[in-house]
Amino acid sequence: MSHEQIGFVRTEMLPESAPPLASTGIVKWLRENLFSSPANSLLTVVSVLVVYQIVTSAAPWFFNGVWDSPSLTACREILDGKTGGCFAVLSERWNQLLFGFKYPSELYWRPGLAFVLLFIAAAPLLFGKVFPRKMLIFTGLYPFIAFWLIWGGPVSTPVFALLGVLFGAFVYTKMVKTSAGIAVIVSFVAALVFWIVSGYLSGPFENIMALEAIPSRDMGGFMINLMLGVICVSLSVPLGILLALGRQSSMPIIKWICVVFIEFIRGVPLITLLFVANVVLAYFLPPGTNFDLILRVIIMITMFSSAYIAEVIRGGLAALPRGQYEAGDSLGLDYAQSMQLIILPQALKISIPGIVNVAVGLFKDTTLVSVISMFDIVGMIRGPILSSSEWNGVYWELFGFAVVLFFITCYGISQYSQWLERQLQTDHR
Amino acid sequence: MKKTVFLGALTVAGLAAGAAAAGTLDDVKARGKLNCGVTTGLVGFAAPDANGVWEGFDVGVCRAVAAAVLGDATAVEFVPTTGKTRFTALASGEIDMLARNTTWTFSRDTDLKFDFVGVNYYDGQGFMVPKALGVTSAKDLNGATVCIQTGTTTELNLADFFRKNNMEYEPVPIETNAEGQQQYLAGACDTYTTDASGLASTRAAFENPTEHVILPEIISKEPLGPLVRHGDNEWGDIARWTLNALIAAEEMGITSANVAELGAAAGGSPEVNRILGTEGNLGEMIGLDAQWAMRAIAAGGNYGELFEKNIGEKTPIGLARGLNAQWTDGGILYTPPFR
Repeated sequence: MSHEQIGFVRTEMLPESAPPLASTGIVKWLRENLFSSPANSLLTVVSVLVVYQIVTSAAPWFFNGVWDSPSLTACREILDGKTGGCFAVLSERWNQLLFGFKYPSELYWRPGLAFVLLFIAAAPLLFGKVFPRKMLIFTGLYPFIAFWLIWGGPVSTPVFALLGVLFGAFVYTKMVKTSAGIAVIVSFVAALVFWIVSGYLSGPFENIMALEAIPSRDMGGFMINLMLGVICVSLSVPLGILLALGRQSSMPIIKWICVVFIEFIRGVPLITLLFVANVVLAYFLPPGTNFDLILRVIIMITMFSSAYIAEVIRGGLAALPRGQYEAGDSLGLDYAQSMQLIILPQALKISIPGIVNVAVGLFKDTTLVSVISMFDIVGMIRGPILSSSEWNGVYWELFGFAVVLFFITCYGISQYSQWLERQLQTDHR
Repeated sequence: MKKTVFLGALTVAGLAAGAAAAGTLDDVKARGKLNCGVTTGLVGFAAPDANGVWEGFDVGVCRAVAAAVLGDATAVEFVPTTGKTRFTALASGEIDMLARNTTWTFSRDTDLKFDFVGVNYYDGQGFMVPKALGVTSAKDLNGATVCIQTGTTTELNLADFFRKNNMEYEPVPIETNAEGQQQYLAGACDTYTTDASGLASTRAAFENPTEHVILPEIISKEPLGPLVRHGDNEWGDIARWTLNALIAAEEMGITSANVAELGAAAGGSPEVNRILGTEGNLGEMIGLDAQWAMRAIAAGGNYGELFEKNIGEKTPIGLARGLNAQWTDGGILYTPPFR
């Protein structure tokens, strides 16, 4: 008889089948993240509606945008009642937004080149492990090259400035064995003397490799914001470190100078300092003296941000356990050595987020200079462009452009700082 | 000891420099450029164009003075000033004259130690309303909501006007003209009030300017004019009479087109001859040559031409001459005689 098999035992494996539709891929993701509960589903629906509304109302504004038109009125005629942005203002005035309205247009390549070189100069500083250390030589030369490119004038000015710095550094290395403190002062004086003397000697070099000189007053646009941001941040970090160390010093005079400076600057709004730079200084200086306005503003903003950075770094110093200081002392290191080798590397690492925070804030604060009649990007928009009879009334397009520029820069800085924090992470979390 | 000597030397240098700054005319001639303070941008009055060349009604005055003094209408360094920095820039000597739609008031003329050399635009506070509102006079605005810039004299003028006429209003405070424009267009207020020239240029930027009217009432006096520092009357005279020459030129029918022809030889009208230097020695009296006024007029045209080109009815701003017409045409422009 036939033997019926009653046991239900498979002889072979079933092929793997796909998981149910509801618990895989996009559906699962949707269920888990967007529709996990009634409240969540409601929020999702509402959000989608809001996003849809925004996109559908903004999209025509972008897609109907007019890029070629001589004035706002002409723009409106082209649009003929449709919604649409008048981006023609950007295509006509982009150079004024970036460089200001007086920088000669045939020389735009100079600040442009300085901007590109900035990345090459910053690369070994920012990504020390990726780029060869020899590139740091270029970084050291960069400030002088950039000055020459942007302001122009004979090449002897930045060359003598550089030689002065080198001379000071040379004196420092000769003196540092006797006393570090005296070496700093003497080398500073040496550099100063060198610059003053070279001022008398530079006459014959005036026409050698002279670029057309551009006065500070002719600069403007986003270039000013970038210049102020880069210069002031790079000056205020070392100043801030000195101030933070000075505030912790056991020498009362240095300590109190630093405390008074920091507390005074932090107690005064930046806009007040800018007014002092622009307006009040003009009363103190003898009439006819032309103390460069950009220089005045750089000094004020640097003072302002160095006080904030000093406090950030002081936080980093305070966060180090007492044992680290004692470890330095027990190894027989002097103050300068223990700071350089033990304390500051750790304290600065802790301070990175704070320093970046100050840097981003400072960069955005550079738009305040528009209040003292400097034509940075906001000054250009609010002043010359909006008050030309062609473009009076264009707001969204212009300020949107400024937003894009600032967002790119600030988001870049913030991403870099997060990367740097991960790179420097030495603890096991 | 050495430090004290150094500081003392600095002080002396400062004082000497202060004393040397007395002759503005000589300074300007030595420099070869006129430093003229203007606004950072006001439609029709001063703004750089796409090539960075300053243009506008106030700019025209600067160019005329530069042409009279230096013989070159482009020899002007325009120093942009904000409402907050303009007076210190003039007082500190950074600029030689200020042509920045500045209202001539008692305290500015006396307490701040400036000299207003004349009036190049008679402005006044007005009201703008949407046509749909059906209002034809500011007296009909009882109970209206009014967009008003805070902290300005316009705010005080508004309160005075409504109190005088026994009317009520509800202020909507705004900060800048741009904000006022947005609020008004969004319907946050029934009427927007500021200087009439500002209203006209704001309206010119609207998508549908014809749907809004500027009411005929002007509720304040805002005489705008160029000014110089106290203490250098020779320089003040040059600025004053350059402006007067532009106004007189319109009255006498001297234009940028016919000025060269009229100035070539003495003609039938003695006053025209005196202005253009073909008769008499007016130029010598203010320390300039005989052709000073001729160059000033040739630079941008007479007052009427400057007005028409920058803010007149053919421009988008479309201001009518109104008070700023010659006294012979029912306005109040009236220059003292050139004699």
